[in-house]
Amino acid sequence: MSIIEVRNLHKVYRDHVAVQDVSFTVERGEIFGILGPNGAGKTTTVECVGGLRHADGGTISVLGLDPVTDRDELRQRVGMQLQESELPERIKVWEALDLYSSFYREPADWEQLLNLLGLADKRNTAFKKLSGGQKQRLSIALALVGKPEIAILDELTTGLDPQARRDTWQLIENVRDQGVTILLVTHFMEEAERLCDRIAVIDTGRVVALDTPAGLVSTVDVEQRIRFRPSVPLDDRLLADLPEVTSVHRTGTQIVVTGTGNVLHAVTSVLARNQIVAADLRVEQASLDDAFVELTGRKNNN
Amino acid sequence: MRTFGKIAVIEFKLALREIGTSFVAVLFPTVLLLALGAVPALRHHDAVFGGQRFIDVFCPSLVVITLSFLGLNTLPQRLGGYREKGVLRRLSTTPVHPAALLGAQLLINVVLASAAVVLLMVTGRIVFDVRLPDNLFAFGAAFLLGMAALFSLGLIGVAIAPTAKAATGILMPVFLLTMFFGGVYLPRYMLPNFLARIGDFMPPGVQALQDAWTGGSPQPLHLLVMAAIALVTGLGAAKLFRWE
Repeated sequence: MSIIEVRNLHKVYRDHVAVQDVSFTVERGEIFGILGPNGAGKTTTVECVGGLRHADGGTISVLGLDPVTDRDELRQRVGMQLQESELPERIKVWEALDLYSSFYREPADWEQLLNLLGLADKRNTAFKKLSGGQKQRLSIALALVGKPEIAILDELTTGLDPQARRDTWQLIENVRDQGVTILLVTHFMEEAERLCDRIAVIDTGRVVALDTPAGLVSTVDVEQRIRFRPSVPLDDRLLADLPEVTSVHRTGTQIVVTGTGNVLHAVTSVLARNQIVAADLRVEQASLDDAFVELTGRKNNN
Repeated sequence: MRTFGKIAVIEFKLALREIGTSFVAVLFPTVLLLALGAVPALRHHDAVFGGQRFIDVFCPSLVVITLSFLGLNTLPQRLGGYREKGVLRRLSTTPVHPAALLGAQLLINVVLASAAVVLLMVTGRIVFDVRLPDNLFAFGAAFLLGMAALFSLGLIGVAIAPTAKAATGILMPVFLLTMFFGGVYLPRYMLPNFLARIGDFMPPGVQALQDAWTGGSPQPLHLLVMAAIALVTGLGAAKLFRWE
């Protein structure tokens, strides 16, 4: 059985429908991503999974439990890190960890967590004196201090600098390697691509795609774009006549060729035959970014 | 229970770290008593006070300062802030219900208020020979009921206000009124009789404190009204309180 099963989840707030119809399952040991634009219903979805909100329709099963009726048991086994939730200003790092670990039946060794999260030298620092990245890491530590089987992490790296973000990703991978299933909400493509085994793309309260990152990218039929500076002047027609090429144009000294299929091979072959060296050669391929825009942008245009 | 104890200990530590609020509430009445007692005129026995001194009859008003400050200022601000910053919400993701935090806050404010009153009594007794309450049990009852009424008012303020700032805004007039009717701004013997009588029923019920302190026992009606206010506003707060 899947560790998390969400079927036809529906949630209405006073003035709008936040989640229309969301279904997905998460397998044990997975890092499962929920990706979508702001206001798509990502947070509402995971908050229903975590039992913080009551669904208006559909069923949710987490570890075989009902998040609403089995609230206490669920809390013991699921750790949550929320967006924009703080701690009292003057609480010290060790106090927060010590306090939160006392809430659980079998807590983790918080001293170890402190080291794992690189907060060991901050143990006596008050919450308000921590940097954004340190607060975030403490928040993750608190989500893990109960030794959860599932960790729900909402907008894990928002507001972090690039280095802190990469460190956090590494950390999440370590956590997963210890057997924790992770449900991750994000709107960063790079984060989803790097971390997630599978991704549900949510837009305006519906799942618009559910696949591996590579699978999502492959669904997008995007042209490749090749940019280079030829070592000698070059007749555009040489390239434009190739069947794989759809267009050739120039920007300054650069040539930009777009095409499909094996266009890179075709172009480089022609260049080689004509003994032209392609300087500053760059190939731009479809990324999760393109897939995302394609999946969520299309509807907005209609 | 063990968890609640741990939360209460942390909250107590946090309160002590807020020198600005908690210490003022605890120390200020005593400091004020020392300052007033330093004025010889206020140490004269006077028929206006039934043969007692000003500092004797002013002590209940000093208790009002502590209770109003903690109940209508410190407590609501702290709880409103916890709600606003998602501290309560964070807690609701754990096996502990955020009500435990609310309970711990109430408890430590009761402890702080009690500490303030004990400090005031002991200092008054040692320095100025202010009598301890004749009837400690009655004083305890008047103190606890007055505190319950005032703290409930503070809680209902947080319950209906969307933010900590708004709660302070709503409660500020209440704070000023309780201080005024408690005889803090103008000693109560200077108030017109009808205002003083209104003050009898204004939380925390300064007349009941006075009666229990300087002889006799408080009037049951005064205590009953405090209990009723505590009950009604307390239930209202419990019903209206939003955790997020």
